[in-house]
Amino acid sequence: MTEKKWPETWQEVNPGCMVFRPGSASEYHTGSWRAKRPIWDNAKCIKCGVCYIYCPEGCITENADGFFEANMDYCKGCGICAYECWPKAIVMVNEED
Amino acid sequence: MGKRIGMEIALAAAEVAALCRPDVIAAYPITPNTHIPEHLSDIVAEGRLDAEYICVESEHSAISACCGASGTGARTFTATSSQGLLFMQEVLPIVSSLRLPVIMVIGNRAVSGPINIWNDHSDIMYQRDTGWVSLFAANGQETVDMVIQAFKIGEHRDVMLPVNINIDGFQLTHVVEPIIMPDQEEVDRFLPPYKPFAQLHPDKPMTMGALGLPEIFNEAMRAKDEAILQSKKVVLDVWKEWEKQFGRKYEPIESYKTEGAETLLLTMGSMGETAEIAIDELRKQGVKAGLLKIKLWRPFPFEELRKAVKGAKVLAVMDRAVSFGGPGGPVFAEIRSALYDEPKKPKTLNFIIGLGGRDVMVEDFIKMAKKTALTKKLKPEDAYEIYGVRE
Repeated sequence: MTEKKWPETWQEVNPGCMVFRPGSASEYHTGSWRAKRPIWDNAKCIKCGVCYIYCPEGCITENADGFFEANMDYCKGCGICAYECWPKAIVMVNEED
Repeated sequence: MGKRIGMEIALAAAEVAALCRPDVIAAYPITPNTHIPEHLSDIVAEGRLDAEYICVESEHSAISACCGASGTGARTFTATSSQGLLFMQEVLPIVSSLRLPVIMVIGNRAVSGPINIWNDHSDIMYQRDTGWVSLFAANGQETVDMVIQAFKIGEHRDVMLPVNINIDGFQLTHVVEPIIMPDQEEVDRFLPPYKPFAQLHPDKPMTMGALGLPEIFNEAMRAKDEAILQSKKVVLDVWKEWEKQFGRKYEPIESYKTEGAETLLLTMGSMGETAEIAIDELRKQGVKAGLLKIKLWRPFPFEELRKAVKGAKVLAVMDRAVSFGGPGGPVFAEIRSALYDEPKKPKTLNFIIGLGGRDVMVEDFIKMAKKTALTKKLKPEDAYEIYGVRE
């Protein structure tokens, strides 16, 4: 079964819209939905990892220095990380700003 | 070789479903289809069929279990009626969109309210657009035959769609009829083991039921529509094959004494049998009347219908459901639409009959046929009537 990444025509749609390649959802970059992006102020960050735990997209990871950052390919800008961050180290800024 | 037996049709449907060797049966009994899951449960418990019988807590779960089981490549069967079918509705279009050949017998029953357990077609008409192949049986033999045919149609690689077999509640489900019951060897010869197109399995991960965003939804619906339209060819092929092996002929629209008929009646389901007797009587009286019986409801047999009504002056469609505030019964609306562009077509009118189990006798069909034959000109508001309603 050859996999089509994105069917252009109806004839190319797999029967039942089945997807035969596991993990293909990672190719869909939900970051394009974002209206606001989270900005970390690492001076205020206490490296508790609450943002990492609460991120519903699972797109926040810890970097080599122990600080956290979001993968902008997937971050939808929901703001939950900023809401949960009690030292207030994350602010949401408009994408167009 | 199969043999001729006398059996309640619901029990016969269960027996024949078992002969089709389903792997998973999930059903929640509801009048009037109850005897089908009950009897299948017995058959599994007695060890006559090696299948998983899932006792579910609702019809929603029954169809969901069948959907999931079918996704793993199991041959699945369920049955329901009326409110149970409506409770399944949320899942029905998903089963067809996933292209899973779940087979379901519907013991057709009126939809509440008022609460009514008797027969009409309002339950299936609400499901008309769910993307299932839909067959209508007129008697016990057709019920038995169509269950086997349904597996073969639905599982065909060019179809891969769920199929429902509609049998009138009580009029069929609870009636004992002589039925030629095929034996296991005959069913095995006609229906090979199910070879699924894809199977959910942990060793080979894949996705069924992915998100379909606006970028893909139009194409997905077009592909589904095409699958159902194309399934007609397979239905016809399977019926030809059936006739070859079992000697019983099936057509999307069966014609009864339509030779030279000026007045045509059209029925779907068991009332066709009563209407046949009325046609015999009318012919004796010199009325040029004939009968059409729809057996394939989805995909709708447009071509066959246009051919079947050729030469008729007036066509009366018998509906078993109301489309409230609409253009008449659902079957009538489709047939009028199918004939709209024909340069020469019969006048069409609509009788909505037998709602919630109201009996329709031979004399009623004769009365309706005579009224139909006298129809000269119709105002749009006179196009349909609920027959026999007390005023």
